Amino acid sequence: MSEISMNVNGKTVSGSVEGRTLLSSFLRETLGMTGTHVGCDTSQCGACTVHVDGTLVKSCTMLAVEADGAQVATIEGQANADGSLNVIQQAFQDHHGLQCGFCTPGMVMTAAALLKENPSPTEAEVREYLEGNICRCTGYHNIVKAIMAASGQQVQPVAAE
Amino acid sequence: MPKDNGIGASDKRREDLRFLTGSGNYTDDINLNGQAYVYFLRSDVAHGTINGIDTAEAAAMPGVVRIFTGADFEGVGGIPCGWQVTSKDGNVMQEPAHPVIAQGKVRHVGEIVAAVVADSLAQARDAAEAITLDIAELPAVVDMKAALQDGATKVHEDLNDNLCYDWGFVEENKDAVDKAIADAAHVTKLELVNNRLVANPMEPRVAVGDYARHNDESTLYTTSQNPHVIRLLMGAFVLGIPEHKLRVVAPDVGGGFGAKIFHYAEEAFCTFAAKQCNRPVKWTSSRSEAFISDAHGRDHVTTIELAMDADHKFTALRCLTHANMGAYLSTFAPSIPTWLHGTLLAGNYTTPLIYTNVKAVFTNTVPVDAYRGAGRPEATFQLERVIDKAARELGVDPVELRRKNFIREFPYATPVAVEYDTGDYDATMDKMLEIADRDGFEARRAESEKNGKLRGFGVNCFIEACGIAPSNLVGQLGARAGLYESATVRVNATGGLVVMTGSHSHGQGHETTFPQVVAEMIGIPAEQVEIVHGDTANTPMGMGTYGSRSIAVGGSAMVRATEKIINKTKKIAAHLLEASEGDIELKDGMFSVAGTDKSVAWGDVTLAAYVPHNYPLEDIEPGLEETAFYDPANFTYPSGAYSCEVEVDPETGTVTIERFVSADDFGNVINPMIVEGQVHGGIAQGIGQALLENCAYDENGQLLSASYMDYTMPRADNLPHMAHYTVDHSCQTPCTHNPLGVKGCGEAGAIGSPPTVINAIIDALQSGGHKVDHIDMPATPDRVWAAMNQA
Repeated sequence: MSEISMNVNGKTVSGSVEGRTLLSSFLRETLGMTGTHVGCDTSQCGACTVHVDGTLVKSCTMLAVEADGAQVATIEGQANADGSLNVIQQAFQDHHGLQCGFCTPGMVMTAAALLKENPSPTEAEVREYLEGNICRCTGYHNIVKAIMAASGQQVQPVAAE
Repeated sequence: MPKDNGIGASDKRREDLRFLTGSGNYTDDINLNGQAYVYFLRSDVAHGTINGIDTAEAAAMPGVVRIFTGADFEGVGGIPCGWQVTSKDGNVMQEPAHPVIAQGKVRHVGEIVAAVVADSLAQARDAAEAITLDIAELPAVVDMKAALQDGATKVHEDLNDNLCYDWGFVEENKDAVDKAIADAAHVTKLELVNNRLVANPMEPRVAVGDYARHNDESTLYTTSQNPHVIRLLMGAFVLGIPEHKLRVVAPDVGGGFGAKIFHYAEEAFCTFAAKQCNRPVKWTSSRSEAFISDAHGRDHVTTIELAMDADHKFTALRCLTHANMGAYLSTFAPSIPTWLHGTLLAGNYTTPLIYTNVKAVFTNTVPVDAYRGAGRPEATFQLERVIDKAARELGVDPVELRRKNFIREFPYATPVAVEYDTGDYDATMDKMLEIADRDGFEARRAESEKNGKLRGFGVNCFIEACGIAPSNLVGQLGARAGLYESATVRVNATGGLVVMTGSHSHGQGHETTFPQVVAEMIGIPAEQVEIVHGDTANTPMGMGTYGSRSIAVGGSAMVRATEKIINKTKKIAAHLLEASEGDIELKDGMFSVAGTDKSVAWGDVTLAAYVPHNYPLEDIEPGLEETAFYDPANFTYPSGAYSCEVEVDPETGTVTIERFVSADDFGNVINPMIVEGQVHGGIAQGIGQALLENCAYDENGQLLSASYMDYTMPRADNLPHMAHYTVDHSCQTPCTHNPLGVKGCGEAGAIGSPPTVINAIIDALQSGGHKVDHIDMPATPDRVWAAMNQA
């Protein structure tokens, strides 16, 4: 077992982990931060996506010990300080970019990384960037729309508006 | 006309707040004190005799609590099947035993052979590796037609053969259909495969069993679309636990698509083991496990023949299908290729004579059951593909051939035992063609050809049958369940409401849409209405959510219960206003006496019900809580017309969806935003089936597509871009027999889109001179390229 500590969403946390413990398991089981989801075991679905030292990482593919000393950001830390939804989260609600909600944490974290790299992406760029995130509910249509809206671009409003 | 609240408004979803902040409560987020973990050791061969399981070394490993094998389940019931189909010879289907853990034999890759319960998942997994299995592999039957040949290896040695049932529908029409086909001016025949799929909700299945010795109560937390159904099946048929000692909770569930309807062995195991081990037992499926243990979908092989007269009117349809059941009968498996498929074969058309024969076959593969659409996509695919082929053979416009045969008078009794209440198939066709700009297609095709691409336009029409009912009819058809829905409406003293529904939301947004209905009925803000679902301890017996039934059946139950509440509050208001009950009107949350200025507010009436000082106690009870069970008079029949334009790259066979239009008739719509989201999702799954997804076995019964590395899930860049993608639901013929006039929208996209895409691909290939009249799904680049280069 190894003792590790890291900064998660601005708080220093520590724990004792096996060498084989994944970062996703450390977050979910050791820290009880269950917002990060695990949807596959081949690094394909992206539900477990977090940021480690500002980089997009699939937390099911990184060992917890590798994140020792890192700055980790998860879905639980994305809302504004007053608890209100941030711009990306709000756009997902406004444009119905989620249904069952299981892929959503990974989608929001991926969208945040995209907009940091490319503040005004084209639709094709958004779709390309989401290659590592699978959603089974929405058909991606409203996810793409939400991300473009979050970047400040004009999109079609939702139905009946 | 857009509305800003109530029925027809695009209320934003209240459930989003927890899902967007990581505050959801999915089953895997539940961890109980003292919880142990189970790892299932699964068969890696498709068929074999278990000669021995040596668990001695594993049992001594660190953290191991107990190891279970089939021997531990000898006195326990098997997983039941919820639907019995009768063959055309009058015999009931062959129904094999379905053990929780394999007994003596394994019959598909993934079947549970042993279960290791340990303090941690890692310890359980480590110990499972130390179990020695002695399984003598037997020949596997994988291909359905081979499975039915004389001398084929039997999946179940105690059954007569591998034929589960041989169903004829409508058997009395068979001779007339045969004659009509023999006498027809033109017959179009097509052989096709409806490819096997895996539902793949993004949340893998999870089960947490718990047992309380002090009151002998078991609790199961599970990823289910219908917790009451699981409670009944598992309690009554598997474990022998009465329902009042068994609670089933399905909290936030991360998608279902059918795969989470069924009662699975892992649920029974965790509930059973929690009592045996006297501590909670948790199982979390990995995705790899999901591929070999979640029920699969589709997997039909069909020959279909469509007969027409000289005027191109359809005179008869004959459909012969082999349907794969897999190794065991999953909960609703027998009903999918029969009652949910044969009854749909009239489609949108006046075909007077229809006969279908379905042979359901056992194979050494994972059980096959409902997946989004369940039988209806299969029926639609066959019918709409053969119509499209007929149009090409006859040299007529596929749109006009469809129109020539449309049903235009309602109600319409089909020759396949159902009666459509409403529809307007010309309206959806017109709307689709208008949005799709079909007139501009030739110019777009010319543009594609300039770029070296082939372009095709495909159309499709479909009907759907949602909210299967009534219960007395489905009972006659073999269902071992009722198909009503329930709701309890509890009004609190200060006027807020809680609706406890038997429906279950796993992405559909019930927590938002159901309050819109109640709020409109009473005239109060939707924020005053809360929805409770997913827990047998605090909801009335319900049948759950599948088959696009939530709003049509569950919503109707909620309306009925709310009507009872309104009737009672009107009595109370009449007393308070010293008026006659018949003169009381409820509008905008105020009760008033017609023709006067006397009124009393909703909140004052609800308070009076709980503080009954000035109250007609001699006539009515205090309190405000009502329950309704709603059993529909008929199915609902949504319909639609879809089109798509594809480009095919002749160099590679790659297909891209350039344009897509859906024009659906869902009847009345409660929340347009959510309805459109459902259609987007269904279309993505349908495009996935048409172009990408395939669940493939090799001849030994090994699953070749057992991970996301091999099973191609649709991704964002596989789907049409926003500028040329429209989902329309403006054509609305309200259902005539439910109180909301709603029809259901959850499956339409998955039903309507696969034939649309294939029809478009064939159109593209034929435009390039390739005499290709069918491509089986998924139309992958290699299949398309091969078809082009063979023809």
